[in-house]
Amino acid sequence: MANYLEFEKPLAEIESKAEELRAMGRANEEMDIEEEAKALDKKAADLLKDLYKDLTPWRKCQVARHPDRPHCKDYIEALFTEYTPLAGDRNFADDHAVMGGLARLGDTPVMVIGLEKGFDTKTRIERNFGMARPEGYRKAIRLMELADKFGLPIITLVDTPGAYPGKGAEERGQSEAIARSTEKCLQVKVPLISVIIGEGGSGGAVALATANRLLMLEHSVYSVISPEGCASILWKDAEKMREAAEALRLTAQDLNQLGVVDVIVKEPVGGAQRDRTAAIEGVGKALKATLKELAKKKPNALVKDRRQKFLSIGSKGLAA
Amino acid sequence: MNWINNYVRPTINSLFSRRETPDNLWTKCPECGTMLFHRELKENQQVCGECGHHMLITPRERFEHLFDGGIFTEIEVPDVPLDPLTFKDQKKYPERIKAAQKKTGEKDAILVVEGEIGRTPIIAAAQDFSFMGGSMGMYVGNAIIAAAERAVATKRPFILFSAAGGARMQEGILSLMQMPRTTVAVQMLREAGLPYIVVLTHPTTGGVTASYAMLGDVQIAEPNALIGFAGARVIEQTIGEKLPEGFQRSEYLLDHGMLDRVTHRKDMRDELVTIVRMLMGMSPPVMGDLPAPKEAAETPDQPAEEK
Repeated sequence: MANYLEFEKPLAEIESKAEELRAMGRANEEMDIEEEAKALDKKAADLLKDLYKDLTPWRKCQVARHPDRPHCKDYIEALFTEYTPLAGDRNFADDHAVMGGLARLGDTPVMVIGLEKGFDTKTRIERNFGMARPEGYRKAIRLMELADKFGLPIITLVDTPGAYPGKGAEERGQSEAIARSTEKCLQVKVPLISVIIGEGGSGGAVALATANRLLMLEHSVYSVISPEGCASILWKDAEKMREAAEALRLTAQDLNQLGVVDVIVKEPVGGAQRDRTAAIEGVGKALKATLKELAKKKPNALVKDRRQKFLSIGSKGLAA
Repeated sequence: MNWINNYVRPTINSLFSRRETPDNLWTKCPECGTMLFHRELKENQQVCGECGHHMLITPRERFEHLFDGGIFTEIEVPDVPLDPLTFKDQKKYPERIKAAQKKTGEKDAILVVEGEIGRTPIIAAAQDFSFMGGSMGMYVGNAIIAAAERAVATKRPFILFSAAGGARMQEGILSLMQMPRTTVAVQMLREAGLPYIVVLTHPTTGGVTASYAMLGDVQIAEPNALIGFAGARVIEQTIGEKLPEGFQRSEYLLDHGMLDRVTHRKDMRDELVTIVRMLMGMSPPVMGDLPAPKEAAETPDQPAEEK
């Protein structure tokens, strides 16, 4: 694997040792290295399991931001058929940080909308690192309205450091666009399911994640502020991000306890980036099950339940 | 000559600066530096008489000026669990809350009330920037919901005065969830056909702007208030350039089509009365300072029941 996180360094060492050994074996046929290499593999597998068994909140942040993790585009391509992208906010521009369009999940036509970060320098710049501008949220609003009109369920895939803090974005009403998008989420009379696949960065995520059901990948995070931002404000030291990540309770597990997250989708051992196919399949299964459950509900009940869900958030606290 | 610099000058300076601010009687305008007499400043609703700079005003003081005869009744806000995440940074969250309560004499960063302005019954809420930067946590969310519910129950318009740095980090995701929660409150008002007027005051930023504070039927701001989503420093770091003069200020937003009006604090009450009465289909207002409403026996005109 190309990219190891800082805490995975011991694992990188073992895995590269095993690889070296195998290379040596290939070069020199008389050497029997297989047994030793297998032992290293086993050691690596055990270590991986151990590392991911109980990830600290800060490590989860790192995994959630892992460059090899499947992104919105990967999920759309793998899980949906007939994906037909629809562009633009009919007002100013088409924001490439927000993907969206008609697609089928199984046989069901749906509207899929998501935040895409990009996978290399070129696409990251094109996608603005997944940070949407007002026109992105306004495009999302337009697509949600379209889905609502034709009774299509809406699926949103959330992965963003946050809404873009730029001059033009402010001038064109970033906050108003986010507020209206959140409002639209609460208005639509169709099932709205949201999945946090990586980072759920504050208001920029809320604008798309105000759903009937919120699914979250096991090692994804959702927070009011980034741990670095929180640390620099409350600790006056951005290096205290570990403490901040701990205090913010941003993991899927904590959010589930607080009643914010409905379903935690298991990730393969070592995180979604280790086995992208398995991770994507897991999300697909969870989406289909959730969609099936919500399909039984009447339009007005969907709106009412969604509102009630948010009104009752906060009645449950966390044990210390 | 060193002793002049080291001893004489500081002594003279300290004598002067001490004379400038005898015990709370005078306040220096942070904008133009004029010394303003306390009583006069209070009469002016904390606006500098020299340069018109709008200073922070507490919800209580604002409401004393806003309501007829300065009379209003507080609306109870449902209690919230204290410190739901057991959050601790350099200080424990409950300690920060207690310090803010002691400083302001208020329970949290918002006050919700009902009363009459220009004989027009309204519900009003004002955020208190002096309470932990006006930050929005569960209490503020509950207050907005309580205000909306009361407005719907009494068929009154809701006027909100915003002032907040954003969501309260110490309540983590639960403060973020106030964005959708307060949006539900706004929807209750919409469905009941009741006006929701937002008055943005200095400063209103972050998750507050990105939810209920930008969803008003009419959006008014006080002059020169800072209003935005991201902080100016973050934006400058991101785009690597200096921001223009007046960026994210009321007048700049008005120019960019993000507000309906920018209104001086002294004209705010009359303007609100005018707008609300038209939206509610009521007769033209009687302007000027009105005494407190008499008891229910002499009920002033009610909002039109059917429109």
